[in-house]
Amino acid sequence: MVLIDTSSASVSTRRLTTAKAMVEGISQEMERDPSVFVLGEDVGAYGGIFSSTTGLLERFGPHRVMDTPISETAFMGLATGAAVEGMRPIVELMFVDFFGVCMDQIYNHMAKIHYESGGNVKVPLVLMTAVGGGYSDGAQHSQCLWGTFAHMPGLKVVVPSNPFDAKGLMISAIRDDNPVVYMFHKGVMGLPWMAKNPRSLGPVPEKPYEVPIGKASVVRTGKDMTIVTLSLSVHHALDAADDLAQQGIDCEVIDLRSLVPLDREAVLESVSKTGRLLVVDEDYQSFGLSGELAAVVAETDPRLLKAPVSRLAIPDVPIPYSRTLEYAVLPTMERIVSAAKRVMA
Amino acid sequence: MDNLTRLGLYKTMVLSRSFEEAILRDYHADKKPAWDIGAGLIPGEMHLSAGQEPVAAGVCAHLTADDAVTATHRPHHFAIAHGMDLKLLAAEIFGRETGLGKGRGGHMHLFDPSIHFSCSGIIAEGYPPALGQAFAFQHQGKNSVAVAVTGEGAANQGAFHESLNLAALWKLPVVFIVEDNDWAISVSRDASTSIRSNAVRATSYGLRGTRIQDNSVEGVWDAAKTAIERARAGEGPSLIEVQTVRLWGHFEGDAQAYRNDLDTLIDPIPAYANQLESDGILTPELVKGIAEDAKSRVDDAFEYAKSSPFPSAAEVGNYVFA
Repeated sequence: MVLIDTSSASVSTRRLTTAKAMVEGISQEMERDPSVFVLGEDVGAYGGIFSSTTGLLERFGPHRVMDTPISETAFMGLATGAAVEGMRPIVELMFVDFFGVCMDQIYNHMAKIHYESGGNVKVPLVLMTAVGGGYSDGAQHSQCLWGTFAHMPGLKVVVPSNPFDAKGLMISAIRDDNPVVYMFHKGVMGLPWMAKNPRSLGPVPEKPYEVPIGKASVVRTGKDMTIVTLSLSVHHALDAADDLAQQGIDCEVIDLRSLVPLDREAVLESVSKTGRLLVVDEDYQSFGLSGELAAVVAETDPRLLKAPVSRLAIPDVPIPYSRTLEYAVLPTMERIVSAAKRVMA
Repeated sequence: MDNLTRLGLYKTMVLSRSFEEAILRDYHADKKPAWDIGAGLIPGEMHLSAGQEPVAAGVCAHLTADDAVTATHRPHHFAIAHGMDLKLLAAEIFGRETGLGKGRGGHMHLFDPSIHFSCSGIIAEGYPPALGQAFAFQHQGKNSVAVAVTGEGAANQGAFHESLNLAALWKLPVVFIVEDNDWAISVSRDASTSIRSNAVRATSYGLRGTRIQDNSVEGVWDAAKTAIERARAGEGPSLIEVQTVRLWGHFEGDAQAYRNDLDTLIDPIPAYANQLESDGILTPELVKGIAEDAKSRVDDAFEYAKSSPFPSAAEVGNYVFA
């Protein structure tokens, strides 16, 4: 698949934040398709707490960009019902941590209707939600939880790490005929009020384009070991890889970009080459993505590995508030460097 | 209310009951001697709606196939009153490839896009999707309405309250129906609900609320007429609560030892037949004819279902994604 229209003169020069790239993707799809609309808490005049909808109200008006009451069950179900009738809602769950108040609508309805109907009813919608920690927001506003969503059949899950993918995956998600959970880390949005990685500003083509759902991206090639990760941790992994290169360790870094479908081939291909796998995951360690990737290798051919699979994930504790504690569990660049060295030892 | 309409209400109720009596027969037929819920031609939980037919018949008489209905775990009377193809319904209940969901849904998970019908096995959670269907109708410039059904037990769920508020706030063309059959499985209404009428709750959210006290199909028909006309005219949502009756168990196999009202139950179908007979609209011959006609339609549907193939196990993964 052609990711971008390379004939466009604007491909490489214009730089946007991840937030602005997301909004541009939404905006272009709303212009193209009148069935696309946006709803959620503070998505109107405020423009989304993490700037995921900035300017959409002014551009498209209150009939297509709607602030909802704080009633996640009602508006999540509303999105599903509207999708069933042929619309293409983009519904925002302000923080993924809030899924507890509306999960029935997500996993028992949104995710299952297509299957239960024997394929007769489609639910084309985007559930976009902010994830991640690193700014002392505590245990109820800092989780990633993508493993929870990826665990349940019927939901596609995408997790962009940069502006280019954010726009392309948003457009793909809107055009997809399935419910797509679009999880954006607050730390990659390029917000002026939060510490950010320099890669949260990057080149974004002006024309609409799709990034295919289910395709990982090799964001750095290397021969000694494979670091598979996603979201903000991609940036930490790339920074770590730079550091490790100075110490003679040549890392390949894979940005999964999608969890469902999972690009198993990309992981296996890289591990076949490097023989070592470190999974870096800002979600909880047990029963999640890191275990899944270890299983992908083990079930295919454990002989691909020269060293045991290693995992750097949240060690099964709630995300703590105090900075010293929070940074003791987050997969920071320093902790990735240490983990990588252990894999090579 | 004209005679033809009254006759139509009666026929709808009889068809629904006839279907469920056939389910009842086949459900229990091959679960002997040791009763096993997962065994037999129709496995799994089975929630039948006998006694509650007046609610579905009275409401759905005002709907067309372009209107939406979201029903509950006890969905057959609304499915049938809204015009669902009996063959596709029966085939789904029998778990066959020819069923509405190709055997992937079952009796609590019926989806028929041709009549905008769906149901949910989760209490009160059928309300929110109805908001979305109503919202879509409004945006698409259609004149359609969405009817959302729950029981009285569901009215204590958050989804119920969130939905009423949002529907009123956005003036959505929705009509909420509460079937008050007195029992949330084994817990009586008095033991679960702090107030007597959910119409009061509706009013408090800015909806038009009505409570019908006597399981009267004509009472339901009247109230639904007003509510649905208002919704179509853009005058906003309404809620109708009906005091109905659950003639059988919560699910088949429920011994109902907790019930002290079984001697006092009134079956609304013969009661309505008597009323129509005394009004000169029905005769004993007509009653018999209507029953036979319903039975023959149900027999055809069951024959279709039972002669249909089971889904292929090799295709179990189909339809997870579009």
